[in-house]
Amino acid sequence: MHTKSVAQLVKGLRERQFSSAEVTRAYLDRIDALDSQYNSFITVDEAAALATAKAADARLANGTAHALTGIPIAHKDIFCTDGMRTSCGSRMLDNFVPPYDATVIQRFKSAGAVLLGKTNMDEFAMGSSNESSFYGPAHNPWGTDLVPGGSSGGSAAAVAGLLAPAATGTDTGGSIRQPAAFCGITGLKPTYGRVSRLGIVAFASSLDQAGPMARTAEDCALLLNTMAGHDPLDSTSSAVATEDYSATLGNDLQGLRIGVPTEYFGEGLDTATGECIDQALKELESQGATLVKVSLPHSALAIPTYYIIAPAEASTNLARFDGVRYGYRCDNPVDLRDLYSRTRQEGFGEEVKRRILVGTYALSAGYYDAYYKKAQQTRRLIKQDFMHCFEQVDIIAGPTAPGPAFALGAKSNDPISMYLEDVYTLAVNLAGLPGMSLPAGFVEGKPVGLQLIGQHFGEARLLNVAHRFQQATDWHLRTPDAAAGGAR
Amino acid sequence: MAIERGEIEKIAELSGICLSDEEIGQVTERITEILQMVDQLQAVDTHDVEPMANPLDAIQRLRPDEVTQANRRDAFQAIAPAVDKGLYLVPKVIE
Repeated sequence: MHTKSVAQLVKGLRERQFSSAEVTRAYLDRIDALDSQYNSFITVDEAAALATAKAADARLANGTAHALTGIPIAHKDIFCTDGMRTSCGSRMLDNFVPPYDATVIQRFKSAGAVLLGKTNMDEFAMGSSNESSFYGPAHNPWGTDLVPGGSSGGSAAAVAGLLAPAATGTDTGGSIRQPAAFCGITGLKPTYGRVSRLGIVAFASSLDQAGPMARTAEDCALLLNTMAGHDPLDSTSSAVATEDYSATLGNDLQGLRIGVPTEYFGEGLDTATGECIDQALKELESQGATLVKVSLPHSALAIPTYYIIAPAEASTNLARFDGVRYGYRCDNPVDLRDLYSRTRQEGFGEEVKRRILVGTYALSAGYYDAYYKKAQQTRRLIKQDFMHCFEQVDIIAGPTAPGPAFALGAKSNDPISMYLEDVYTLAVNLAGLPGMSLPAGFVEGKPVGLQLIGQHFGEARLLNVAHRFQQATDWHLRTPDAAAGGAR
Repeated sequence: MAIERGEIEKIAELSGICLSDEEIGQVTERITEILQMVDQLQAVDTHDVEPMANPLDAIQRLRPDEVTQANRRDAFQAIAPAVDKGLYLVPKVIE
């Protein structure tokens, strides 16, 4: 059961090969048996999941089912869930039980999907290794001494470990794509504004975007069909019409022009990882695509630009955590100032505090023009690079991360080297483009991710290319030994 | 650019975050490193480049000025650390 894709589960449920209650029970049993190794879930409510599964079975029986009815899906613990704790990986929200659902959650609930549980993540989605979580790091199923990547590390580990058929994540600078790469799964960050941000705990509002994480591009398309679309409650959500992302998966790649940016294959890229990417590009070429050398000359500015913009927006968004209306509150505050500053000292972890301080600095009087305004200008230069490329090519391809998963603890005391992990993903968020990562090989038993970058609202094309790649390769079907040998 | 300890104390105050003496030392070091990294931007010619706040250059949409949401004060206050008679409680502000 647990090795089936979402598409296979959908088919099996329709054909009454098994019930949603059986599928849900099977995944809950696997979580129970194996998650002590992966720490991929923060909260699981078995009774609620099974009750939803039973309701889904009723819908399947009476003909009112949606494509995802009865499919168990894990959600990153950043999506507000009515009546279920939403911690965002932080002590600050350890006791936070939202009184409403995020739009993404509400859409999955309306579709009849089963909420399997809430997954582990870097605190407030700030991190590339899942090590900043208040609940301890999630572990990579391909080697439990390895990080699963971050910030959506729990979602990636749960899918890779076959504890969930699919999950949601959010991506502000690579937080869906990098963990997808590290865990050998498929993840899509849609165009900025494609998926509603309502009810997603905000990190950097001009960069945040939610997307699907699953084993195949076909499954990502199924999830995106439910997630995407305009939301009147999110003023930044786009009114551009959605497509049926499953409909064009099988289109051939004849004539597809793929841009290969020189800057993504230079110094800093692990050689063996680069070879996997070259092989993957050859596969796409053999299916009729043309590889075109392109340049993104401002690539080197992505990291410094991001590490101004994201902390600046975070410092503003996280100002709301004050110990007054919800969340953590320090003991015995002597006055209001003490209440705020001690609540925030005790409630936030190290990396979150560091980013709030950097962001506050970048926005403070006397530094605003030198940092924030400057970064907004270089952000435009980065976007223009992509726009110029897209005059010549349809999509851009390269590595998702400079190397495979690293060991737990290897970078946790060096923020700058952690930031370098996102060197190929950050620019995509700065430009608001869709990007995805799909399995493209292994280096010393560790998965490697191929990144595909599309034009604004070009999700269907990305999923099509990824699907065609997965029809010809089996990297996405490989499963870690621990998962394969686990409870059945 | 190196940042002075005193500046970190000021930013911590602006951020509403209390830092211990030990933390201030560590944070000063780390933030200096981060600021040195982002200082690469200063060398870039951005003359005449319009700052970009939204990746799609979208502008804020407006909607009719109508009440669209119900009052859910009780549900919201049920998760607050301290409330009384519909009010959020904080330490005494005025002596």
